Formats: sequence, C-alpha cells, structure tokens
Amino acid sequence: MKKKTIGKEYIFTALILFVVLAVTMVLDSQLPSYHIVIKVIKKASVYSLVAVSMNLLNGFTGLFSLGQAGFMLLGAYSYAVLCIPVAKRAGVYQYFDGGIVKFSLPEVFAGFLGDKVGAAVGMILALLVGGLIAAFFAYLIGLPVLRLKSDYLAIATLGFAEIMRTIIQWNAIGPLTNASNLLKGYPDFSSATAYLLLIGVFIACVVLLVNSTYGRAFKAIRDDEVAAEAMGINLAHHKRLAFVISSFFAGVGGGMLAMYMGAVPAMSFRSSMTYEILLLVVIGGIGSITGSVLTSFLYIAALEWLLRGLDTGKFLGITAPGLFKNGFRMAVISVIIMVVVLFFRKGIMGDKELPDLLRRHTKKGGGEK
Amino acid sequence: MLKIQNLQVAYGGIQALRGIDMEVPDGKIVTLIGANGAGKSTTLRTISGLVKAKSGSITYNGEELIGKPINAILAAGIAQVPEGRRVFPDMTVLENLKIGAYLRKDKEEIEKDIEWVYELFPRLKERNWQLAGTLSGGEQQMLAVGRGLMSRPKVLMMDEPSLGLAPLVVQGIFDIIREINRQGVTILLIEQNANMALKIADLAYVLETGTITMSGTGAKLLADEKVKEAYLGKKRSK
Repeated sequence: MKKKTIGKEYIFTALILFVVLAVTMVLDSQLPSYHIVIKVIKKASVYSLVAVSMNLLNGFTGLFSLGQAGFMLLGAYSYAVLCIPVAKRAGVYQYFDGGIVKFSLPEVFAGFLGDKVGAAVGMILALLVGGLIAAFFAYLIGLPVLRLKSDYLAIATLGFAEIMRTIIQWNAIGPLTNASNLLKGYPDFSSATAYLLLIGVFIACVVLLVNSTYGRAFKAIRDDEVAAEAMGINLAHHKRLAFVISSFFAGVGGGMLAMYMGAVPAMSFRSSMTYEILLLVVIGGIGSITGSVLTSFLYIAALEWLLRGLDTGKFLGITAPGLFKNGFRMAVISVIIMVVVLFFRKGIMGDKELPDLLRRHTKKGGGEK
Repeated sequence: MLKIQNLQVAYGGIQALRGIDMEVPDGKIVTLIGANGAGKSTTLRTISGLVKAKSGSITYNGEELIGKPINAILAAGIAQVPEGRRVFPDMTVLENLKIGAYLRKDKEEIEKDIEWVYELFPRLKERNWQLAGTLSGGEQQMLAVGRGLMSRPKVLMMDEPSLGLAPLVVQGIFDIIREINRQGVTILLIEQNANMALKIADLAYVLETGTITMSGTGAKLLADEKVKEAYLGKKRSK
C-alpha cells in the first residue's frame, strides 16, 4: 500500500477537539465552578465515557449487556473509599468506627509529590483502581454469563447490577462500604477541563482499540459469529476481553460520576441509570463513538440546563406556572427523543465517526487510511 | 496431502458421515459432489474443526487434525470459504480482508497479500471502502474467496461458491478458482453444480447419504452414465 498520509479530515477533527478544549479552558477561568455550564460539561463528560464503554460492548461486539450501572457502582465506591481524607473518616463512617481503610490515596501521594500534583495523581490512581476492580468482577461473572446470548445475556447482567447494589449496602461489609450510608467528603477536580482531558484520554484508548486488530475481531463477532470463528477468532476469549475492557471504563466512569456528585449513595445506581446510558448509545448511533459523546453532551445540556425552565415556570420568556411545573421537562424530553428516533432511524451518527463526516465535505473518495 | 480415513460424524443420533475415505493431493483441485444432505458441508466443517468427529482420522502431511482447535487448523494452512459467503456485512471490504489474516502477525506480508487479492479481484479494489453488505452477490463471493486467501492457506476449502449466483458470474468464480490453483493453492471444492465442478477437477468424489459411492478423475466422472443420470440432468433412457 502507498505511504501513509494523514487525511485532511483527521486534521480538522484534531482542530475541532482542540477548539472544544480551548473553549472549556476559557469557561473554566471565567465562570465559578458551581456554574451550571461547568456542571453540565462535567456530567456530560462522565456520561460520554460510560456511553462509549457501553457502545464498545453493545455496538462493536454485539453483546447486549445491561450491567453498566453495576460496574459504575463498583468504580464509584472504590474511588470514594480510597479518597476520603483520613481526618474525615471518623465522621463519614460514624457507625463503623471510622471504617477499616485507614489511608487516603490523594494524601499518600501529596506526601511526596507535593499537594497539588500528589492529590491529582492519587485521585487518578483511585479511578484506575476502581476500573480494575470493575474489570475483575466482569471477568468473574463473564465466565458463566458470556455463554448466554442477546436477551438472556441482558437479563443476567441486569441481575448482576441489582445484586451488586444490594450487596454493597450489606451491613456486614459496612466497615468498607459504609453500608447504606453515604460516602462523602472526598476530593473532586474543580475544573471542567480536567474532566474533559481525563475522558479524552480514556475515549482515545477506546478509539485506538476499536481500530486495532482486536477491534476488527470484535466487529467480526458482532456481524457473524460462525464466520468469525472460521477465521480463527477465539469467540470466548474475545467476548471476555470486550466485556472486561468495557467494564473497566464503566468503572472509571463510575468513579468520575462519584466525583461529580460529591456523595455516593448506592441507591442512585439503579437499572434506570443503565437504561439512560443505553438511550444515549442508541440515539447517538450504535457503533459510533462520536455519536455517543455528542448525544451525551446534548442530552445532559438539555436535561440539566436548557430545559430547566420547563420545571420552574419560566421557559424562553414564557411564564406559565400552571403548565411548566415539576415533571414537565421529562415529558418534553421524551417527545424530543421520539422525534429524533423517528427522523434518525440509525441514531444521530449512524455508524459514522467525526472524520467520516468531514471526509464527505472535503473530497469524495479521498480517504485512504 | 490432506487425507481422510474412515471419518464418521453424527449430529445427536443422526449419522451424517458413515465412514468416508478421501485424499486431497497437493496442488490439485479436488471436488466433492452430492445431493442436499449427503454430508458435503459436514465433511468440510469437520476438517476445519467447526464440527467434532465421532471417529476416524483427518491428517494433513501426516499431522492429525481431529481434536485440534480451529485456529490451529487454520494456522496449519487449511482455510475455508463458508457456504453462503458469510462476509461481515457492516465492515468494509478492506476490513473483511484483514480479518481473514487475523492469525498472522507479519504486517508487510499481509499488505502484499491484500494487493494480491486485489489483483485477482480488481472489483474489490474499486470497492475498498464500501461496506461488504452493500456488495452484489457475486462481489460478496469474491470477497469471501479473497478473505479465505488472506490466511495464506495451502489448502482452500470452498463450500458451494456458485450458490445463488448468475451463470456468468459463476463462470468468473470458477476461472478464478483455477487461477488460484495455478498459483499453487490446493483446492477442495464442494458443489451442487456438478457439471462445472467436474470440468475443472483433477480428482472427484461422489457422496451419497454419508458414504462415498464413486471416485475418479473429473473427466471420468463427467462421462459416467450414473453420474450423468443423478447429477448432470440427463434423462433416463427407456
């Protein structure tokens, strides 16, 4: 094949991503960290990471799994447990004598790397540990569960998520998880840029994976298991790999969600959270990472910010306290989703990625990877 | 040489192969013809490891293949083009070809083989970036054959490459099969289109309900009265 050249569309893609980052940095410096725009960027970042992780499994490997909330829960708890400052532990674990974990990763690293850098390193490490724990559980339950197909796999993984949520609130492991009480007081990145950079790195990993030999094998399994097997692809091995990697990123995403929320109640990691993420994946386009990310940002921005007025009485300058009250926002968003699905049968992006869109506008057929 | 001895395969209680013996000498085109349900595909799927044998042996250059995993058999040099094409519809032509080379690690050689496949099937090169599902039936068959070649097999097994294709396209596929064979790949061809298959075969076997009933050179079977009657559509003379 000819010498590899970087197509124009990839340069444009890099440019767009850079502009997004720059805008976020400006917003960070101009707005206080509690401003709604900052909040939206943070939450949308987290959701896009989790949506991408789900897309890796459901969209690229064709395994219909609904265990995402369970793996996020594991990541969230790992992060919280590892990061609560020692001084606050007595208060948080008030019913369990301050808990059994007697250290805090950010503080450990702050000890020899300096306050700011050390804390950040500790927090990122805690996120990764959360991911690894989620991946480990995925490996274990993957052994029996991945023998199932389609709907049955979905039911089994959904069951796993619900069981995890219950076990974590069990009193016997209270010294570790604080049972059904909140975990709180752990540190957070105050800037939205930090969130964006973190998920950028993780999503870049997924993109590289999807375009590698492994990614091709995943897609082959999705398209035709028998033919994939005839090509020498070990089905069990690759399915497990996809499941474990997807759960790793879900775990990291869960940790970041914990960060964003400021407190971890196990109750909020319900199966409805999994459905919410599934919705993002489907509307964004099954098999499109760009779609998952884009939809996450649109959805969170609409839900948390743009349509807020529908719940509080004043929207687009119209004041109608009788109509615009609690819950009306959800009704509107449901209608929007239905309309979007009707007009974009394969999701907003289909199975296209950002460079594919730009390629069409620059030169037709000019794309050689 | 691929050698099959007394191979028996059963699906549950149903005996699909009742002890067949056949040989696929290196560099030849060998064909296996027979009616629906005779056990042709079962034979092929057993060789490639997708179906487990009940008893008997399959050896390639003296090495036993039964009991080996699919990827080991593929790595030994035996690839298959499955029945009904089975290309990966939501992947591009290029990705399909790359999946065919999945077990290989030699990147530069893979690039060369992609070029080789494109030479054999110039049409595929034109459709490089198209999703395989959007190709026509004939093009999909080309892609399936090309994908099979990407593992750089010594023996390529093809299951009914003429299935559902127009006569002219079938002719093209058979020309390519001959060309691939001329370049040194042994071919094991399974066909219902007995006429075409026997014409290009060096060696042919006739399979009937799990047993081999006849064998010989392609030309010999083509002239055989019984074969003519059963597979080539000659009317019974009264």
